[in-house]
Amino acid sequence: MPHPHRKHLLTSVQMAHFVATGALRMDAVVPDDMNQQAIEVLKAGIPGVPYGTPLSEAFVDSEFVERLVQLPEVAGAIHSLVGPEPTVDHHAVHIRKAHEGEAQNLHGDAIIDVRTDAFDVQLMYYPQDVTLEMGGTLSVPGSHLRRTNESDTGRYQNLRGQTRLVCPAGTVQLLHHGIWHGGRKNDSDLDRYMFKIRFNPTVRQVRLWNTDDLYDDAVAAELEQNFPWYENATGRLEKYNRIMLWRAISGDDTYDPNYWVTRVSNRPQRVVTDRANNPHTKVKREMV
Amino acid sequence: MTATAETPLQTGLRQQVLVLYLASSALDARVVGWSTYDGTGETHPTTGDSDVPPYETGLDALKDGWRLFQASQLNPPYPGHEYDVSFLKHEFFFEKIV
Repeated sequence: MPHPHRKHLLTSVQMAHFVATGALRMDAVVPDDMNQQAIEVLKAGIPGVPYGTPLSEAFVDSEFVERLVQLPEVAGAIHSLVGPEPTVDHHAVHIRKAHEGEAQNLHGDAIIDVRTDAFDVQLMYYPQDVTLEMGGTLSVPGSHLRRTNESDTGRYQNLRGQTRLVCPAGTVQLLHHGIWHGGRKNDSDLDRYMFKIRFNPTVRQVRLWNTDDLYDDAVAAELEQNFPWYENATGRLEKYNRIMLWRAISGDDTYDPNYWVTRVSNRPQRVVTDRANNPHTKVKREMV
Repeated sequence: MTATAETPLQTGLRQQVLVLYLASSALDARVVGWSTYDGTGETHPTTGDSDVPPYETGLDALKDGWRLFQASQLNPPYPGHEYDVSFLKHEFFFEKIV
C-alpha cells in the first residue's frame, strides 16, 4: 500500500474525536460509480482472506475492495488509525433483508478486548442511501472503552444519544473494536447491504496521523465531551480512560488538560523535615 | 379440599416489564437507557427502536403506575479496577400486571 499523502491523513482533532466517540464517519466518500457496482459485487461475495493477511495482499482477487481501501480519504484514515500495512483480521458482507423481523442485540465484536495501548478498527461501507426504516447500524458513541464481553449488553435496547445510522450512499464508518453496536430491524421494502473489514495494526499506534494540530484546544474539547447515556459518575471515569488512550497514541504521558488523571496519581515523594524540632538531630540551632 | 392458584391463562393477567437505567443511584434521576418486554405479546419492543425514553426519570414511571421490583445494589469497585468502566450501574426493573 502506498503511503497516503499527508493531506489525506486525519488531523489530531479527528483522532481525538475517534478516541472520545469510538467512531469516525465519512459521508459519501465512495464515488457513485463504485456504489452502483457494489450491490452486485457484494451479492456475488468477496473471496475469503486468511486471518492476518497483509492489507496489500488481501484483496488482489477483489478489485472492488482494493479500490475501496485505496480511496485517498479511506486509505488516509486507515493509516492514521492503525498505521501502514495493517493485517486483515476478517471481512464480511452483511445483508439485512427487507422486513426482516429481528434486530441484533447490542454487542461488541469478537471477545472482550481490554488493550489500553492498541486497538483494531472496523471499516463499515454502506453502498446505498440508508434511511431510518432500513435499520442502519445502531452504535453507541463513547461505549468503546467499556469492559464488557460480546452480547452481554444485549439487555440494553436503547440508550440516550445512540446513533441509528442514516447516511448517503458511499458512506464509510471506521469503528473502534470495542464499540457497542448492532444491526437494526429492517422495516423497509429494500434489502440493506453493508461490507465490513476488521484491521489489526502491525506497528505501535503512536502519532500516525497529521499531528500539526496536536495541541489545538479543539483536541481537548473533543476528549472532554460527554454523552447523554453516561451516568453522572461513570462519565467522569470515561474521561480518565480517554486521556489514558490519548496519552498512549500521542506519546505524551503528561497530557491532561482537565486534570482527570493528574490529581488521582499525584503522590509526591519529597519529605519536608523539620530538623530544628527533632530532638534526635545533632545539629544545634543557633540563636540569632 | 386443597385450593389451587389460578394459572395466568385462567386469570388472563400478564406481566409487562420496563427496565430503566438512571444517571445515578437515585430513583428520581434522569433516564439514560431503557428496555421493555411485553408479556401480552401485543407489542414487540426491540434493540434500537426509539431515541426517546418513555419517562424522564425513574420517579415518573412510578407516577404512571409502574411498580418497582428490583434495583441495582451499590457495590464498591474491585481493588485495582476503580477506574474501569463496564455495564450500566443503576438498573431499575419495573412491572405492570395487565
